[in-house]
Amino acid sequence: MDAEAAKMIGAGLAAIGMGLASLGVGNVFAQFLAGALRNPGAADSQQGRLFIGFAGAELLGLLAFVTMIILLFVA
Amino acid sequence: MHPGVDRIGVLNVAAAEQGSRIDPMHQFLIEPVFGQDWTLFGHNIAFTNSALWMVLTLVALWLFMIGGLKRELVPGRWQAAVETFTGFVSSMLTSNIGPAGKRFVPYVFSLFMFILFANVIGLMPVGIVPGVHPFTITSHLTVTGVLAVISFAIVLIVGFGKHGFHFFSLFVPHGTPVVMIPLIFVVELMSFLVRPFSLGLRLFVAMTAGHILLKVLAAFVINGLNLGAGYAVIVSLPSLVLMIGITLLELLVAAIQAYVFALLTSVYLNDAVNLH
Repeated sequence: MDAEAAKMIGAGLAAIGMGLASLGVGNVFAQFLAGALRNPGAADSQQGRLFIGFAGAELLGLLAFVTMIILLFVA
Repeated sequence: MHPGVDRIGVLNVAAAEQGSRIDPMHQFLIEPVFGQDWTLFGHNIAFTNSALWMVLTLVALWLFMIGGLKRELVPGRWQAAVETFTGFVSSMLTSNIGPAGKRFVPYVFSLFMFILFANVIGLMPVGIVPGVHPFTITSHLTVTGVLAVISFAIVLIVGFGKHGFHFFSLFVPHGTPVVMIPLIFVVELMSFLVRPFSLGLRLFVAMTAGHILLKVLAAFVINGLNLGAGYAVIVSLPSLVLMIGITLLELLVAAIQAYVFALLTSVYLNDAVNLH
């Protein structure tokens, strides 16, 4: 296979990781909302933890993006 | 050569000649504005567009703060806006660290406001003025990396200054079985050392990704318009609508990323101040 084509395919495969991370981000907010609707009184105090979880899930998707950009422009 | 490949190559060349080839990375190019010949210890220290937009960010931040520091008993709108931000950061630190968190309000507030203003100013549509190119300073790992290293250094200084070598107990949580201590120590140490990288990388990549997406969509709009009315309706119009939505999303991301940076800094400071 042409090396240039392999890079493009690799970048496309890396983009799948971003989609999977979006599942994670959606899961974080969905579970927070589900918990917040059951106990609205405790919801506001947990917003910091919500965003820590969001940041963790998002970072992994961004790593997939970095892999993609490195394959396209650096490698 | 394969005829199909040849045709695509010709099309690419034709597109490049029209100047319509999508080049989303050009916006991140650092160019000298003036002082191309200035050197310090053999390094070029030209005043770049990155430096220019950092100065603009500082000026905007300074104007915002000056307008709110009137200390009136009944705050006006502007003072109320500034006090909302200070109160937000101050409550974030006290809820994460406790009363000792008040000491870190100046640092975390500066960090949060600088990142927030840099992100939002980078999104401003100043590009509609001919010859003016907006530049997002937080879309460079050098800038976000330095911010992350400053945060990490403060965590280390506070941790070792307050607890001495007892700070290493951070890497062994309470109630760890003795057999597990070597493994847990290594795992916790790794997760501690990777913090500055994840902190800097998150902000840099989130900004870069959003701006690349916006530039690609903008190129769709312009290329569609250049190709005639039919393409303008089926390509440019949906792209423009999508761009407006994505721009709003990017404003949200700009605020969330600044918040996450400040929040994670305060969580890490909590580790340093209170251990586990």
